[in-house]
Amino acid sequence: MDLKVNSSVATRDERDAVDSVLGKPTQYTQGGQRFEQDLRVSRAGEALRNLRHMLLPTLHAVNDRIGWISRGSINYIAQQLDIAPAEIYGVASFYALFSTTERTMRQVHVCIDLACRAMGGLREDQLPEGTHPSPCLGTCERAPAVLVIEAGNPARHEVLAPATPVQITALAKGAWPDAEATVVSATPQVATDSKNLVLLGRIGKVDPLSISDYQEHGGFDALRKAMQLGATGVIDEVNASGLVGRGGAAFQTGRKWGAVAGQPAFPHYAICNADESEPGTFKDRVIMEGDPFALVEAMIIASFATGCEQGFIYLRGEYPRAIRNVQNAIDESTKHGFLGANILGSGFNFALSIVRGAGAYICGEETAIFNSIEGYRGEPRNKPPFPVEVGVFGKPTLVNNVETLVNVLSIVKDGGAAYAALGTEGSKGRKLFCLSGAVAKPGVYEVEFGITLRQLIELGGGMRNGSTLQAILLGGAAGGFVGPSDLDLPLTMEATRAAGSSLGSGVVMVLDQSVDMVDQLRRIAAFFRDESCGQCVPCRVGTVRQEEIVSRLAKGVQAQDIELLRELGTVMRDASICGLGQTANSAIDSAINKLKVFAQ
Amino acid sequence: MVGLATVFGAGGGTSSYQEVETTDLIVMWGSNARNAHPIYFQHVLKGIHNGAKMYSVDPRRSETAQWADLWLGLNVGSDVALSNTIAREIIHAGLTNRSFIENSTSGFAEYAASVEEWTLEAGSKVTGVPGEAIRELAHALGNAKTAQICWTLGITEHHNGVDNVLSLINLALLCGHIGRPGAGLSPLRGQNNVQGGGDMGALPNKLPGFQDVEDDAARTKFENMWNVTIPSKNGWNLTQMFEAMEHGKMKSAFVIGENPAQSEADGAHATALLKNLDHLVVQDIFLTKTAELADVVLPGSASWCEADGTVTNSERRVQRVRKAITPPGNAHDDIQIILDLAALMGHSWKYDSSEHVWNELRSLSPMHFGMTYARLADLGGIQWPCFSEDTLEPSYLHGRLWAQKLEDRGRLAPFSVVIDSPPVEKTTPEFPLRLTTGRRLDSYNTGVQSGGFQSPLRMAETIDMSPEDAVSMGIVDGEIVRITSPRGTVDAPARIDDGLRPGLVFMTPHFPDEVDTNLLTIEAIDPKSGTAEFKAAAVRIDKISKSDIRVPVAGE
Amino acid sequence: MSTQVTTGLQVRRSVQLTIDDQSVTVAEGETILSACRTMGKEIPTLCYGDTITPKNACRVCMVEVEGSRVLVPSCSRKVEPGMVVRTDTERTDHSRKLVLELLGSSVDLSLTKNVARWNTEYGSEPTRFGKPAAPTNHRDEATTGHHHVADGSSVSNVLQPVKIDNELYIRDYSKCIMCYQCVDACGEQWQNTFAIGVAGRGFDIRISTEFNVDLTDSACVYCGNCIQVCPTGALMFTSEHNMRDAGTWKEEEQTQTDTICPYCGVGCALTLHVQDNEIVKVSSPSDHSVTHGNLCIKGRFGFQHVQNRAE
Ligand SMILES: Cc1cc2nc3c(=O)[nH]c(=O)nc-3n(C[C@H](O)[C@H](O)[C@H](O)COP(=O)(O)O)c2cc1C
Ligand code: SF4
Ligand code: SF4
Ligand code: SF4
Ligand code: FES
Ligand code: FES
Repeated sequence: MDLKVNSSVATRDERDAVDSVLGKPTQYTQGGQRFEQDLRVSRAGEALRNLRHMLLPTLHAVNDRIGWISRGSINYIAQQLDIAPAEIYGVASFYALFSTTERTMRQVHVCIDLACRAMGGLREDQLPEGTHPSPCLGTCERAPAVLVIEAGNPARHEVLAPATPVQITALAKGAWPDAEATVVSATPQVATDSKNLVLLGRIGKVDPLSISDYQEHGGFDALRKAMQLGATGVIDEVNASGLVGRGGAAFQTGRKWGAVAGQPAFPHYAICNADESEPGTFKDRVIMEGDPFALVEAMIIASFATGCEQGFIYLRGEYPRAIRNVQNAIDESTKHGFLGANILGSGFNFALSIVRGAGAYICGEETAIFNSIEGYRGEPRNKPPFPVEVGVFGKPTLVNNVETLVNVLSIVKDGGAAYAALGTEGSKGRKLFCLSGAVAKPGVYEVEFGITLRQLIELGGGMRNGSTLQAILLGGAAGGFVGPSDLDLPLTMEATRAAGSSLGSGVVMVLDQSVDMVDQLRRIAAFFRDESCGQCVPCRVGTVRQEEIVSRLAKGVQAQDIELLRELGTVMRDASICGLGQTANSAIDSAINKLKVFAQ
Repeated sequence: MVGLATVFGAGGGTSSYQEVETTDLIVMWGSNARNAHPIYFQHVLKGIHNGAKMYSVDPRRSETAQWADLWLGLNVGSDVALSNTIAREIIHAGLTNRSFIENSTSGFAEYAASVEEWTLEAGSKVTGVPGEAIRELAHALGNAKTAQICWTLGITEHHNGVDNVLSLINLALLCGHIGRPGAGLSPLRGQNNVQGGGDMGALPNKLPGFQDVEDDAARTKFENMWNVTIPSKNGWNLTQMFEAMEHGKMKSAFVIGENPAQSEADGAHATALLKNLDHLVVQDIFLTKTAELADVVLPGSASWCEADGTVTNSERRVQRVRKAITPPGNAHDDIQIILDLAALMGHSWKYDSSEHVWNELRSLSPMHFGMTYARLADLGGIQWPCFSEDTLEPSYLHGRLWAQKLEDRGRLAPFSVVIDSPPVEKTTPEFPLRLTTGRRLDSYNTGVQSGGFQSPLRMAETIDMSPEDAVSMGIVDGEIVRITSPRGTVDAPARIDDGLRPGLVFMTPHFPDEVDTNLLTIEAIDPKSGTAEFKAAAVRIDKISKSDIRVPVAGE
Repeated sequence: MSTQVTTGLQVRRSVQLTIDDQSVTVAEGETILSACRTMGKEIPTLCYGDTITPKNACRVCMVEVEGSRVLVPSCSRKVEPGMVVRTDTERTDHSRKLVLELLGSSVDLSLTKNVARWNTEYGSEPTRFGKPAAPTNHRDEATTGHHHVADGSSVSNVLQPVKIDNELYIRDYSKCIMCYQCVDACGEQWQNTFAIGVAGRGFDIRISTEFNVDLTDSACVYCGNCIQVCPTGALMFTSEHNMRDAGTWKEEEQTQTDTICPYCGVGCALTLHVQDNEIVKVSSPSDHSVTHGNLCIKGRFGFQHVQNRAE
């Protein structure tokens, strides 16, 4: 296009960072040197438009190298990718991990979210110099958590949890979490109800970086079986299993697979939604850190069944260890012929790559993922058309959560019927729960559907010493609160629905008497205000008004404010474009109605 | 339009704007439509977003070229060489549309023989474009289901402008890219109503509706309506008029809405000739340089907002212009001025409105017959031809060429043998740089209209040069330099433009009062169309010291 | 008079649906909104414009569709056979009322058409959220994903100074409802210049050039196609802005005349807005096949030459 870039020029470092993703420019017009041929021919048009999806990785490269996205680097990216600077700026400024103003190489993101603040973490107004607040870092079982990033070549990323204020201050001043601390913290805390773990069976037992270890523990057996079953055979088993999505919306997985497989338009794409950002959720992280090959294997099977030759794992940017481990699993699997051309001699070709998120809860919404992958702002799209018909790059697309996918391994191996025999009538199979807060052993728990809240808390060792139960948040910020009287609620989809709550992504956050519930509600309101993409009015303005009203209520309860909140909740639920706005009031609403938080 | 009229019998672009949105291939040849025809380019962009490939052929890597899948930066004036090379490649690769050539064209064998010498190597040598790129464009044209070939002044403002057009028409004929939806030839007009002027018979050889002056039947129709005798021979075109002035055969002129003193390639010469006339009448909305020379100036009205009427655009769409404001002072509606003149000459012409004039035209010009004012308003204009009040014709022309029966195909479209003819003025050691001209987005022609508003984009005239030339001549951006051609000298600030290659420099005609680019350009005229070679002069650039800078003197 | 169009004719199938208990048949591909309009029903719209693919961002046009858990934006949802639509239920009215209040409490809607009437019709009281916060100069510097926690003492809004950085048009983002139309018109849907984009996230989203540079440093080509689509008066000819400031803008006294651009041979359709024999702004008919409402700088702003009337 007829680009106009201003006079800011990328530094050598910035160019190098961009080139590390895009390669050196081959034409003068793309920011290269001017050679004889550039005087007579140049290529732009479609060839460059097809590179748009490289924008997000390129922004990451710059942000990793210099710690922010400078004017010069945007100009250089504009030339390389033929995208206008204003567009790039719009994309860069969408993500919380990027900055379009200069900042220090060291960035310390301190979790100020629900579990961490309930567990004595810092609040936004208590942060030491040189740190800034972060939404839930998905490490709630070891709250409070902190993510530290050091830009450079290569950049370093690490999560430290639990982190004391003294440690946080040290990190801000240049310390690095010592190797041992991160190794220890990397071991997932998995507590279980039985010896026969299916989803978490290998975690903590096998070396997550070793493909041979994985294979010795049943790895790739399911893939071999899937290839015997054939694509329709696999879909039949998934259908028979009754598996529904674990990402929050609980859609039937088999139906989704069948729909994608049946689309006449090609290519088909498979996306694993690994953006896990719902406050209180960390199960996907535990799988990816502890058993990354399982996710890769499941993605191969899903793609084989639905006819996808390319897949993406959209992985949360705040999960450095998961990114490293999954990338290693992709590389190793490729090396061993499980990815690439003609997998296991079946004639099936499949390429898999990670797309690293950049700090946006909304990018876990399935259509927002498409925009993010394609190099646009991560705003949800209109539905219909649905992703199975028109998804990423406008093609039929399968989107599944990490946990959903990993379930498929046992379904393929042991048959759908066996899976369907587990759980309850309305909730089949096994489920991971993210138990955090004031329990003795917070962690990810794999259970058969049907146990009650009380039983789950008991599995987690009961309440922490000295804690008495005040409230439990089910399903995360987009879910709802229940109180001590609900302990006998079965953790099934049907029972929680009937109780006006939801299982959502499996969050069970236990809050004890020390927790300031009003403070929790203010944080939830602030969370949605920060994470709204801003597209639609009910959510963009509604989340702001909600936060203002909750803050006002914190100072003194007025009946008309409660009524305003209710009216707001209705319009957000009825008229927002996507699930974020639609659920932004639900936890607050449940706190008011069930827990009577603002009772006069 | 001479080229299109020669081949197809109708002097208009063959396709509608909307067809470029659904075509497979767009070739922008010698056209920087992104700047010169921005809203046409929006239709091109729709086409691109709908999946069309776009190729740009232009000496400069213009704003249009920057959108192209492939830009071919040919030498100025080597268009025929390029098109002949493309033709040979299409023929040799077996990509011609054989049945179309056989059924609907004539003269293929001779044409094919004439391009045979244009191998990729030969073409590359003359045009400067790598053979591989030429081959790619040839194959794209040959393989496209539908293609639109668009051009503007970059093709026509040459001493062989008509040949350039004919050579592009040849390519369309070779592949059958004509006469079908989405397939056709789109010349884009520089001025808003050039097409309409032609439609209305403002051509030396045409009556309104492209009826030939030398056709007795047509003439008789007009003579009966107007009750006068119309000369039975073609008149002079502009070039011939200036020649006639030179030889004393033309002694007076009535100029309406033109500024030849500044718009002619050799402005000084034109001014001298106009001064020499016995009597010069100028009717305009501005006191232009030409009007300053006139014996009588008739203040006209701005036809687009101070008067009612019609204009025709580049897709042959006739549209209504309407009076929105009252002209200032003594200015009058142009129709009224002509009626008043007629009255002074003893004729009482009775037209009570522009619609009245239009309806007379409709009755005389079959291709306009269906265009009532009411329909023009309802339909947002109508493309010609429009033969009846209750139908519309296809939006593209020459569908007849695809008719099943030979007799329905009309005159077969002839291929034209066109010979490469480089610019008249060669670069020499004394004048080593090739100067070409073009337009900027926010300016127009000699700047009389566009100078009226404050454009944040506007820069004064510059001489644009490649970074390499600037370095080798030690010139920095913004430095005032002297540009000299065999005809004249102007001073202008240098502007470094990496869309130019070494040896190629660029100016616009927009600021004649400050920098009269036409002092530099040459008067070589295309004998077939009367268009001057604005696009290729030879110049030299010299550094000058501050004290030497020539301050333009009014009237100089 | 019959117009027999001999080319480009696409036969579209028709779709039957029920709107507010009335059966209606419209062409396939039409939206619920257009179906309502053919029935003479008014549905409020704010972000919808007829030349831009609906972004359905404002959510004022929501209707109930049987079988849908949430309300549905009528401006973008295509009709389907057998669809059952309700346009005036308690839920739809509540949504419209609240959307008008949410926008009204955060944006200056004084120049947005019909808002006052709809406020009355739906009982909206934008002031009931509380006292508006003072205008700020800092909206362009927001940190994505982080804001200063609200204390509830005042109501946040987007009020800010007018951006005046060129002679031709101004940007008053206090009036911007974030309909995205200007970005789409400047971008891929029409102009493809991409001088402005949407920046930031959440309540901090804003229309911005890269790094908020002035238009004169941006890619802007002053086609004014953004002004054409802006439904709120946030983007405005400088001539109009100045006349409004001076209190001399009299829309009721203006005439609008369609004509053709006097510049290049594309032949774009112009609408001249004339007050006291002066052209005060130029727009273009949105349903014209040449322009679809778009012009270039010359057609949009190049009218001064007929008004420089040295007396
Ligand atoms: C605001 C928002 C955030 C979401 N975040 C996630 C997420 O982080 N991970 C996830 O798997 N699903 C998330 N979802 C749900 C997805 O949209 C989608 O339903 C899910 O990925 C489908 O996969 P499943 O069928 O396997 O659950 C989110 C939805 C919304 C509305
Ligand atoms: S509901 Fe919120 S997050 Fe979802 S599209 Fe609307 S503004 Fe964006
Ligand atoms: S400036 Fe106008 S057109 Fe642009 S988003 Fe705001 S309201 Fe819409
Ligand atoms: S608005 Fe621009 S593109 Fe359209 S006719 Fe006028 S000058 Fe040409
Ligand atoms: S890591 Fe802090 S709340 Fe989840
Ligand atoms: S008008 Fe439909 S969402 Fe705005």
